[in-house]
Amino acid sequence: MAEGTLGSRACVVTAGGVGGFVTARGDGARVSKFPHLPDRKGGTGRAVERPPARGRRVLTSKVGMDGIPVAKLAALAHDENLATEIGSTPVNLSPDEQRAMLRQMQTIRRFEERASSDYHAGKIYGVVHCYIGEEAVAVGVCAALQQGDQIISTHRGHGHCIAKGADLKRMMAELYGRQTGYCKGKGGSMHIADFEIGMLGANGIVAGGISIVTGAGLAAQMDGKGRIAVSFFGDGASNAGPFHECLNIAAAWKLPMVYVCENNMYAAQTAAAETHAMPDVAGRAAGYGIPGIVVDGNDVFAVTQAAARAVARARTGEGPTLIECKTYRWRAHTERIGQPDFRTEEEIEDWKKKDPIVRLLGQLKAQGAMTDADWQAMDGEVLADIEAAVAYAAASPFPKPEHALEDMYAA
Amino acid sequence: MRELTYAQAGLEAIAEEMRKDPTIFYMSTDPALSLMQEFGAKRVRPTPIAEGALTGIAIGAAGSGYRPIMDWRQVTFSFVAMDQIVNQAAKIHYMFGGQRTFPVLYRANVGGGTRLAAQHCQCPYSMFMNLSGLKLFLPSTPRDLKGLLKSAIRDNNPVISFESNRLLTMKGPVPDGDYTIALGEADIKREGSDVTVVAIAWLVHEALAAAALLEGEGISVEVVDPRTLVPLDAKTIRSSVRKTGRLLIADEAGPTAGFSAEVAALVTEDPATFATLTAPVKRVCALNVPIPYSPVLEDHVFPDRKRIAAGIREVVEATRGADGGVRGRREA
Repeated sequence: MAEGTLGSRACVVTAGGVGGFVTARGDGARVSKFPHLPDRKGGTGRAVERPPARGRRVLTSKVGMDGIPVAKLAALAHDENLATEIGSTPVNLSPDEQRAMLRQMQTIRRFEERASSDYHAGKIYGVVHCYIGEEAVAVGVCAALQQGDQIISTHRGHGHCIAKGADLKRMMAELYGRQTGYCKGKGGSMHIADFEIGMLGANGIVAGGISIVTGAGLAAQMDGKGRIAVSFFGDGASNAGPFHECLNIAAAWKLPMVYVCENNMYAAQTAAAETHAMPDVAGRAAGYGIPGIVVDGNDVFAVTQAAARAVARARTGEGPTLIECKTYRWRAHTERIGQPDFRTEEEIEDWKKKDPIVRLLGQLKAQGAMTDADWQAMDGEVLADIEAAVAYAAASPFPKPEHALEDMYAA
Repeated sequence: MRELTYAQAGLEAIAEEMRKDPTIFYMSTDPALSLMQEFGAKRVRPTPIAEGALTGIAIGAAGSGYRPIMDWRQVTFSFVAMDQIVNQAAKIHYMFGGQRTFPVLYRANVGGGTRLAAQHCQCPYSMFMNLSGLKLFLPSTPRDLKGLLKSAIRDNNPVISFESNRLLTMKGPVPDGDYTIALGEADIKREGSDVTVVAIAWLVHEALAAAALLEGEGISVEVVDPRTLVPLDAKTIRSSVRKTGRLLIADEAGPTAGFSAEVAALVTEDPATFATLTAPVKRVCALNVPIPYSPVLEDHVFPDRKRIAAGIREVVEATRGADGGVRGRREA
């Protein structure tokens, strides 16, 4: 990863709009199938030049026959206005709201610490993927959302569930495989959903949810009620087809979408440095003519400010934004025993020093909005919530074997 | 009764349902001009060639209150969307404990006869039958296509409408007004007493032609068209076989782990039906090769009325009486 990417809290690596393209299209005299589109005459070879988008430098070289450029170079522009506005200070957030964010981040951490230990104790089956270290992303983004907005998650989904307001009891019961779980014990850790709160599900397939939530964004656009949708995914998913197909469609249709790449630098055990030609996933936004923002994913205020800008764009019909949150997971890819982890202790320890919870706590203390005693009390409450969720899960019945045949088809 | 082509009947079903229900919208890389003109580009969306994403987008929109129709056009283009079909559409209702319904309709043309070679002449529906969570149909007539499409659009589950390439221009009677054909109901296209032929799509017509031919040879053929592949109407198929005591299955796909294998299993694993069989079950299917281009090669690979007739004779021959007549079903 390029040193200095996180020099400022965020930087916009691309700006929207594709300037200077020439359209040449031979529609002939037949009935247009696309009467809704602007007339794109040019079949006779007449070139239509559009002015370059603001902040973008378009260098057009020699002009050939019919005024069509032989070659052109579109330089990427940096919209410094957007980038410099995003900072590490709370904007429009009351102390209560900031404390709520801290509490939510700590809830994610404590939930996963318990999920991990209960997994190793044999009370949770299959697999658990921990989000610890990345809490500021889910909490920062969801803080910028409203009721009615929808999100989709990944295999590492507990954080997104909690940040969107899922019930800890039904989450833990699902991990425990119980009838009272969100999916009646049919999903487990990788498949928790709560459609009532707009959480469209964790997904066991990397990049598997991106198109589903883009469909939710299309529905939101057709509803016309100002709702938006957010896709969470990792750096690994950014190399898969659905990411590219969906960014193109969302940009072409101006869907009210925010694409949030949680770049924790590893796709399972493989370093992003091995599989990405460009250090910043957000740079790919240029290919789709939408803004791409790189933000410090361990800085919850920076994340929520970037998200707020993207959400505002989406709500006002300006289309999608790609936000890349640079972050790190502290634990191995999964909790399964014997899984290799090729990361160095030194790297892991370095990132632990950038703990997003410690950082937010420090900022609250610096504002005088939190004392050590307050923090201890908050953590105690969080632990009690987790304990209550575990008690609920453990006391809940398993599904009956024949329940395996239920929910196959909707009536 | 008025006549429409298979393709026209399909379009009519879509248009009629879209007029009634504003939550239905249509996505395709090249939607029909008539639909675009009537409903506009918001409800009939020309899409990028990105079937993987669009198949998932349809799921997400379905979970958000809409009834999307995603037209893959040829089934071969659905293969780039396999993750969304297999891992998402088929499982999303069940895996999340039935929290939401996902009323999506996917459309795909299947089958040969178009001289388009291996990638564009395929009958892979048994791959989809193998998944739990989808409903599938493959009609043989314009009337059936329209009625089944209407049921599928109103169904609250992901449904795939497989539509036969060979039948697109075939005309047939279509009733006026609104009617539906329920998913999961087979249709007996011709009644007979000596042998049951279970056939789908184009091969229903080939089986009917074979049956007409064999009538002159004193063989009475019953042609059963399941129409829906999932759920498959085992009851009607078994009941026909119990009457005739003989079964031939005709499928434009290859035999391996296919629709024909499933029908054979449904019949032979049912003790009461098995007891009535007087001859081994016969399958007349495509040869197990990718579909070749040259007409000479393609026509050799696909089954037709001649092969069905020969197969029926073989089944009947196995139990022909000493007097040369066709013996009735074995008494239990």
